[in-house]
Amino acid sequence: MRIGVVTFPGSLDDRDAARAVRLAGGEAVALWHGDADLKKVDAVILPGGFSYGDYLRCGAISRFAPVMAEVVAAANGGLPVLGICNGFQILCESHLLPGALTRNEHMHFICRDQKLRIEDNTSAWTNSYDAGQEIVVPLKNGEGCFVADTAVLDELEGESRVIARYLDVNPNGSLRDIAGIRNKRGNVVGLMPHPEHAVEELTGPTIDGLGFFTSVLNSMVNS
Amino acid sequence: MARVVVDVMLKPEILDPQGRAVQGALGRLGFTGVTDVRQGKQFVIEVEGEITDERREQLHVIAGELLCNPVIEDFILIVEEDQ
Amino acid sequence: MSIDTVSKAEETPDQAQPFAELGLKPDEYERIREILGRRPTSSELAMYSVMWSEHCSYKSSKVHLKQFGDKKPETDKLLVGIGENAGVVDIGEGWAVTFKVESHNHPSYVEPYQGAATGVGGIVRDIISMGARPLAVMDPLRFGPADAADTRRVLPGVVSGIGGYGNCLGLPNIGGEIVFDDTYLGNPLVNALCVGAMRHDEIHLASAKGVGNLVVLYGARTGGDGIGGVSVLASETFDADGPAKRPSVQVGDPFMEKLLIEATLEVLHAGLVEGIQDLGGAGISCATSELASNGDGGMHVWLDRVLLRDATLSPEEILMSESQERMCAVVAPENVDAFMAIIKKWDVEAVVIGEVTDSGHLTVDWHGERIVDVPPRTVAHEGPIYERPYARPSWQDALQADAPTADRLARPTTADDIRATVLNMIGAPNLASKAWITDQYDRYVLGNTVLSQPEDVGMVRIDEESGLGVAISTDCNGRFTKLDPYTGTQLALAESYRNVCASGAIPLAVTNCLNFGSPEDPDVMWQFAEATRGLADGCLQLGIPVTGGNVSFYNQTGDTAILPTPVVGVLGVIDDVDRRTPIAWNEDGELIYILGDTNDEFAGGEWANHVHKHLGGMPPKVDLERERLLGEVLVAGSRDGMLSAAHDVSDGGIAQVLVEMALHAGSGARCWIPDNIDPFTFLFSESAGRAVVVVARTEELRFTEMCAARQLPAQRVGVVDSGLGPDAGYPAGTQVLQFNDWFTLTLDELHEAHTKTLPALFA
Repeated sequence: MRIGVVTFPGSLDDRDAARAVRLAGGEAVALWHGDADLKKVDAVILPGGFSYGDYLRCGAISRFAPVMAEVVAAANGGLPVLGICNGFQILCESHLLPGALTRNEHMHFICRDQKLRIEDNTSAWTNSYDAGQEIVVPLKNGEGCFVADTAVLDELEGESRVIARYLDVNPNGSLRDIAGIRNKRGNVVGLMPHPEHAVEELTGPTIDGLGFFTSVLNSMVNS
Repeated sequence: MARVVVDVMLKPEILDPQGRAVQGALGRLGFTGVTDVRQGKQFVIEVEGEITDERREQLHVIAGELLCNPVIEDFILIVEEDQ
Repeated sequence: MSIDTVSKAEETPDQAQPFAELGLKPDEYERIREILGRRPTSSELAMYSVMWSEHCSYKSSKVHLKQFGDKKPETDKLLVGIGENAGVVDIGEGWAVTFKVESHNHPSYVEPYQGAATGVGGIVRDIISMGARPLAVMDPLRFGPADAADTRRVLPGVVSGIGGYGNCLGLPNIGGEIVFDDTYLGNPLVNALCVGAMRHDEIHLASAKGVGNLVVLYGARTGGDGIGGVSVLASETFDADGPAKRPSVQVGDPFMEKLLIEATLEVLHAGLVEGIQDLGGAGISCATSELASNGDGGMHVWLDRVLLRDATLSPEEILMSESQERMCAVVAPENVDAFMAIIKKWDVEAVVIGEVTDSGHLTVDWHGERIVDVPPRTVAHEGPIYERPYARPSWQDALQADAPTADRLARPTTADDIRATVLNMIGAPNLASKAWITDQYDRYVLGNTVLSQPEDVGMVRIDEESGLGVAISTDCNGRFTKLDPYTGTQLALAESYRNVCASGAIPLAVTNCLNFGSPEDPDVMWQFAEATRGLADGCLQLGIPVTGGNVSFYNQTGDTAILPTPVVGVLGVIDDVDRRTPIAWNEDGELIYILGDTNDEFAGGEWANHVHKHLGGMPPKVDLERERLLGEVLVAGSRDGMLSAAHDVSDGGIAQVLVEMALHAGSGARCWIPDNIDPFTFLFSESAGRAVVVVARTEELRFTEMCAARQLPAQRVGVVDSGLGPDAGYPAGTQVLQFNDWFTLTLDELHEAHTKTLPALFA
């Protein structure tokens, strides 16, 4: 199972995402923003970071990278794509997912161990979890406040496309405590918290994040 | 009612990483001939009544000490009265 | 634009030059004329003025810093010593580590966000210029009183700047210090530490060797940032007469820095670089003169080739510019194309600005005209050296005589008073939880952070296969240093050393950032002389060398200097991070021991400071042999799996330690105050050489026998117990910290008291 991890200028958690893929049992493949080539991978991760410094708007410049045209086309064809943090922002800017991520309500960057509830376990990236399962993974963002208009929010809820919600504390003011969403087909997932930082007892608060990476391996085995 | 528009820009000699990144992106997207991009902020303020000299001075204080960081930024204040 | 050239300088020897405005003394200017045999050109004057400033030349401190070399302990761990951008230490398995702290104090006062941000950027470039991949950053910070209006301006800006830059750069922030004191009002200290790692064969040095090799400037374009910043900002006082007179501020671009890291490491690993230097204070002047001085001694620069952000800059300004995110590399001609291709891949600009020569001179041309022709060593390494007069201050004896004895400062004696004192102390700004600040920093990025705030150290894994890692702590109690600079500095060293040992790592090397007032004040110079003597003697005794550091003078307002603040950083190595010792205890039944002796020592401590606003007396005694013994026991306890947790005892005493351990664990404990000591002294004294350790019952005998065999006092003072709530009259499940039958505190009230202070002040 080959899972591509895209490096944009300013990507920071690309090594971490690759490590998480390896620990889950997959093969991590480095993809470069400037190459319109997905190297025949079975899934793609857009990692966290500050691509192009988050200047203009988070994800706004990366959206135009040569690799993204390939990612968008492949995602529309069913390729599993996970956008974490900055990756989620890029997916929204690319219109693969609805809504947008704006400045945290309290205006500060926040790094904390965040409790989440997995709301939907039908996606390519959440099928290892039980629906309703509570997990703790790190969250770290300055612009993680998920916003969309009411119609979009109602549609997301109605189609069970909210895949994870913040519990106890809403760390950034996201509407309806939304931490992550998926597209209709369930192959594209965007998530603000960082499951790739919760894959080893030694360095993470838990190993709850591993499930995202085993999920995609499961879904490929089953498909 | 009066509308006051304050444009805050980094001083010309101060590096603007954001503008630079946008300029770079424009080049990659094939928009040629763009020699510089600088990014700023615009504040639109609505105030009661007429803009007296005293009020105008007060607005300059607001713009100069709160809306902009005088160490690195300049501002331009435009009063649009009786909108 | 009329350009001052070497030939003009020869023709007009008597032309008046503004050397004083550039910070040069008349005798320094005369010396430049002697060296050159003529008056300097304006470009040369700019170079000398900036390179001979206190900040770049260490002219007041050099004679004292020499001790770190003279008293260096025997060690085979030091691969690169003092004098390079940063020292390099061998940590085994073919890995080398480099670390350094630098100050960015004055710029952070002027413009807190950008000052702190560019401080992080500068120290990170120091680390990459050694060939290392940066692993983590830490920030020792000092601010004025927590409730002062200017602290509310400076602190949030500094914290956002550190976070804004470090988070975007992708380096975990793993610790540091935040201390408040009146003397830092108007003189905040923003020190930044970076640690990086490399394989032994990847070490690179700042030298321009190989005649014909080319000098490449790459990174951000050169603009008018911080022109004269080094001389004006980092020396004398800056007097803010209003916005218009404020000096030009450097703006950091962390995105460019991230690209610079990746591009630099790629060209280094590809073997395309002969020598490398970062551009920081003094910009191109510093980089070219240092590279030439360290190398074959000659370099020629075509200054008009430098890529500019502002085309109107004069050659003097280009030489002095402190634009951030720039690097300079020496590249063999046959490698230039490959070098440029990698740099371009990362969207970074680069241009060849010079070449290495055998002329023995650094020559700079501007559109064909010679504007600089100097021996580079005279610029970079042979600046003026001052033996500043120093003398023990007239007030020192009175200060030391003003001891915080029980009859002078009222001490709590009843259970109620002591209980209230615990709650008061753990909420004091200096002891309160710093989570509100550290939660604005990314501690997870890179996935190798093993320990971070509020642990005793920051610890990162370096080798994912073997688990090899390093631990770092920075410490300094400036009140101790004020009371006795020699002892105070050794106490800072001892605390840092103890913290590293408490985590299970073995101390290897020391860095420092020496923050003081004006060196022209003999009182301050005496503090500096005593502090450096104390640190050099202490490092010799503990057997760990100083690998580098930084001096920041002129941290004062009028005649009032800051507390002398020699921040000491100790780096330790741990062969397997899996066996690190955290501060949180683990499970019920574990036994709590205190190692070391607790004496009546309150001078300079947090209780006297917070409760009585008192500073006087002699600081706690320092016994480095005891520290070494304690360190050995802590490391052996970790290595042999005897310790569940350990926490160094320093600011706030044992009360603070037990509260932090309980809060971090989320479970309570039953503690008893020994009979042979009064409860107040036991809980709040800041005697050195102590740690609290937590031992599983099955390991107790083995552990106490080890302490007895090594003659380290170990006293059992508690047991971890999460079921005390009902006995103490609370609902089941309530976690409490109980002291004898004297008093109990619930973890909820401790948490509230400990965490509310900073958000209430700054959120």
